[in-house]
Order: sequence, then C-alpha cells, then structure tokens
Amino acid sequence: MTRYRLRGLALHAALVLALLVFMFPFVWTILMASNTTADIYRFPPKLTFGGHFGENVRQVLENVAFFQSMANTVVVAVSTTLLVLFFDSLAAFTFAKFRFPGRNALFVILLATMLLPAQLAAVPQFQTMALLGWVGSLKALIIPGAANAFGIFWMRQYFQNSIHNELVEAATLDGCGFFGTYWHVALPSARPALAFLGIFTFVGSWNDYMWPLIVLTNPDHVTLQVALSTLNRSHGVDYSMVMTGALMAMVPLVIVFAIFARQFIKGATEGAVRG
Amino acid sequence: MTATVTVPAARATTAAPKRRIWSYWRFYLALSPFYVLFAVFGLYPMLSTIVLAFQRWDGLSARRFTGLDNFAFLVKDPTFWQSLENTVVLFLMSTVPTLVLALLLAVMLQSAVRFTNVYRIAYFIPNVTSLVAMAIFFSSIFSTNFGLVNAALRSLGIPQQDWLGQPWGIKIAISTMIVWQWVGYNTLIYLAGLQAIPKDQYEAAKVDGAGAVRTFFAITLPQLRPVVLFTVVMSTIGGLQTFTEPQVMVGNSGGTGQSGMTVVLFFYRAAFLDNDYGYAAAIALSIFALVLLFTAINWRIFRGRGEDR
Repeated sequence: MTRYRLRGLALHAALVLALLVFMFPFVWTILMASNTTADIYRFPPKLTFGGHFGENVRQVLENVAFFQSMANTVVVAVSTTLLVLFFDSLAAFTFAKFRFPGRNALFVILLATMLLPAQLAAVPQFQTMALLGWVGSLKALIIPGAANAFGIFWMRQYFQNSIHNELVEAATLDGCGFFGTYWHVALPSARPALAFLGIFTFVGSWNDYMWPLIVLTNPDHVTLQVALSTLNRSHGVDYSMVMTGALMAMVPLVIVFAIFARQFIKGATEGAVRG
Repeated sequence: MTATVTVPAARATTAAPKRRIWSYWRFYLALSPFYVLFAVFGLYPMLSTIVLAFQRWDGLSARRFTGLDNFAFLVKDPTFWQSLENTVVLFLMSTVPTLVLALLLAVMLQSAVRFTNVYRIAYFIPNVTSLVAMAIFFSSIFSTNFGLVNAALRSLGIPQQDWLGQPWGIKIAISTMIVWQWVGYNTLIYLAGLQAIPKDQYEAAKVDGAGAVRTFFAITLPQLRPVVLFTVVMSTIGGLQTFTEPQVMVGNSGGTGQSGMTVVLFFYRAAFLDNDYGYAAAIALSIFALVLLFTAINWRIFRGRGEDR
C-alpha cells in the first residue's frame, strides 16, 4: 500500500515538474512584463512581480500600432478560419459521400499538393499579388489560404466514418438537394471535427510569420507577429517592454485554446492514431 | 427533381449508368474553391518558379535566361551547404530529445489516474502560443549579461557563456525552444497511441512474468511503431521548414558563423532581401528536393516495417 502511494507520488512529482517547465516561459514573461528592464538586468535577477505592467503597456502602445495590428490579425484569422471551414467541409463531404467522374484523380492531386513546400510558390506569388494590387493588403493573406488540402483530407475521414450513406439517401428522398444535405445533415454532425479544424486554422493563421513579413510592405499595417518582431528588432534592449508586447500577443490565443482545449486535443490526437 | 442529380455513393455503383458529365456540376462546384485557389496561388507560381530557376532577375530589369548558372552557383555556394548542414543538425538536435521526452512523459501520464486532464491541457499549451513571442522569450533567457541561463550558471559558480554569440550556443538555444514547443504535442499523440494498445497483451506479459522494462520493449514499443513513425514524419516536415525561430533569435544574417542559417532563411534572404529571384527559385527547388528525399526515406521505413507485420 505505502509502496504504491510512494510510486504515485514520484510519478506526479515528475509530471508536475514537466508541467512547471512547460508553464515557466509564461510565468517568466509575466514577471518580466511587470518589472522594469533594470530589475531584469540585475544579478541575481528579481524573482517577484513588480508594479510596472501599466507603464510597459503604455510604452508598447507608443512604439507599435498594437491595436491596429491586433485588429488586422483578428480579421485575417477569423475570415481565414470561416472560409476554410466552409470550403473544406463542403469539398470533404463531396469526396466522402458521392461518386462522379474524376473523383479519384482529383483526390490524388489533392494529396500530392500537401508535399509541396510553401517556398516553392513564394517568389512568383509576390508578383501575382503585385499584379492583383494586393501587396500590403490583408487579402493577400486571406484569399490564398481560404481552402487547403489538409482540412479537406481531415474532414473527409470524419465524414466517411461518421455519416451513414442511408442518412444521405434519406435526406435526398426528403427533397434535400445536394447543398441542402450538406447544410442540414453533414455540417451539424461534424461539429467535433469542425472545432478541431477551426482552432488549428485559427492558431496557424494567427502565428503565420514569413508570408505576412513578405507581403505586408507598409510597416504601419501589419499583423501582430510582424509588429512584435519589429518591436524586438528596434527596442531589443528594453526587455520588459518587449516582453510585455509578447505577452499581449499571446493572451488571445491562450484564451481561445482554453475554451476549446478538450475538443481540440481530442481531435488532434485521434487523427494521428487512426491515420 | 434534385433526386435525379444527387446520387449517394451506395446507389451510384449499381444504378445511373449513363449520365452526362455536366449533370455532376454540383460536385465539381463544391470542389472548385480548393482547385481554383491551388491553380492560381499554387500551381501557377510553382511552374513560374521552375522557369525562374533558369533565369536571372532582380524584379526590375528584364528576365534573362542563364541556363544552369543558378544551380552551378548554388553547389559552389558555401552558405548553401552550411544552411543545409544547419537545418539537418537543428532537426536532429530538436527532434531526438523531443520524441524521447514525449514518450517518457506519455508512459508516465498513462499510469497517472488523477489530474490527467490538467496535465494534458498544460502540456499542449506551448504548441499553441505565438512563435515570435516565444522566440523573443528564449533569446532573452539565453542572453549573455542578464539571461536567466547565465544567471543560473553564475550562481553555480560556472562561468557565463555567450550563448547567442557562438555557433553551438545558437543551435542549443534554437533547439531548446523547438523541444519546449513540441514535447507536449507529441506526448499527447503517444498517449493516444498507448491507450489504443489492447489491455490483454499486458496481462499476458504479466502472466509470463515479464518486468516493466521488458514489457515496454516487447509490447509497448512495437505496438506504438505506427504512431512513432507518424510523429517522425510530422517532425521532419516541420524541421526542414524552420524559419521563425532563427530569424527572430539571431536575425536575417543567421548569427555568428551563420550557424542559425536554415535553408528556408537562406531562401528568404536571397529572394526578399537580395532580390535575387532566379537564385531564390533555385534554392526553393532544392528545398523541394530535400522534402521529397526525406519523405521517400520515411515512406521506405513505413513500407519496410509494414511488410513484416
């Protein structure tokens, strides 16, 4: 009995240690954001929370167009996510439940596109954006990513396993057209898969860095990641201020994740085991 | 009316022998967004990249065909080889510890009964945080004069290191960040894999008198093989594309001795800082070749292992 209890304690000690390591950067970031840079420079470093958070926030807002960048990021992430959810699930439903000429060939093409690295398209992509007049515009971030192969592949698996053919047939007999069946039968039953794909897309879009860095040429009109990188480059010595910016850029993402965490983790791990 | 157009899969195999192709228009319309977007923003630029790789172009003057010049220059460019080496070294330095630690944590997490959901959520959070913010954080703790790592070394009486100013220090800092970010994700993948292993196999091992270590190597690891390979494939694809971490931590130059210069950073520099588009296109093609090579290796492992089961 005591041996088991001892083992359990050791186990949880190790797991808690790992948890502390994973959480440490967040705690340390908050610590730095609440102190002055001088406090951080000290040896030994100050290990308590200070009262300079408000002052640091004020400085961040002074140095970068924080709210503008945040708004841009929200616009890009939300619209990309909604478009991806709609287009990917519609295509996935079609692949999963219907037969038509060229279906297999189209699906193979879809899978093959997943192997292509983004850099392969980046240079001419920029020229295309220039031609369309989208350089510096958020459209350049939203439109090219409005549908993707991964999401279609993912949702197709889900539809194949979770929607019975009889259900689709019944909806058809009830007079539901193809799009009606998609809207009234497929979408409502796919909520867990949509939750995973939604968060996955949102986080990816929020964190996208290279392409916004390239295509958003106006420094006053960028996304949060680019603004943060600029802040770091130009005010790198002012750590407490830069870390405050980093903290402010992280918080919304952590909140979104916290709300959907269970569904997201379930979705993320199930796919790996099944696939 | 719609019933004649919409044919569920089950029925399509038996009935509906002769239908004109346009009667399927709804399906093609439903699929079109991805394929149209891919044609415009994927296929077309990729084909242009192939053409561009044989040209010289600065974005302003006329394009000039130069044959294989870009590739000839590329194989003689020491920075290119260095970036390839850095990418592979960083990939190994981050992936091996990540996967080993993840497996260890997953095994422990599986035998834990309480608080498992708290652990799962907390372990996953590093994977969904802002990459740039975290790169800034890691460069701050590795900084020479006031970084936490050096403060810890000094309090132990070990001389401080110029982490971000020397080649190995840069690699250690970058891979530490990647490990921190990816251990939790892989732990949860392994945990799901562990939970899918049938319980009776463990009971049989217990009856045979096998110990914990023996059981792990005889049952757990072989059963987990497909999941391990999945994580290797995912880590490979991610690892070959490393860009944000070095770009934020040591800048566009790649840092001291260019030891943080990855192939994608090398590409970014050639294209968008030097405006050497033809050369950048040649680099992009070599990245593609690299991805294909590693995918082929992974694929071989998959196939090879799949047959002996």
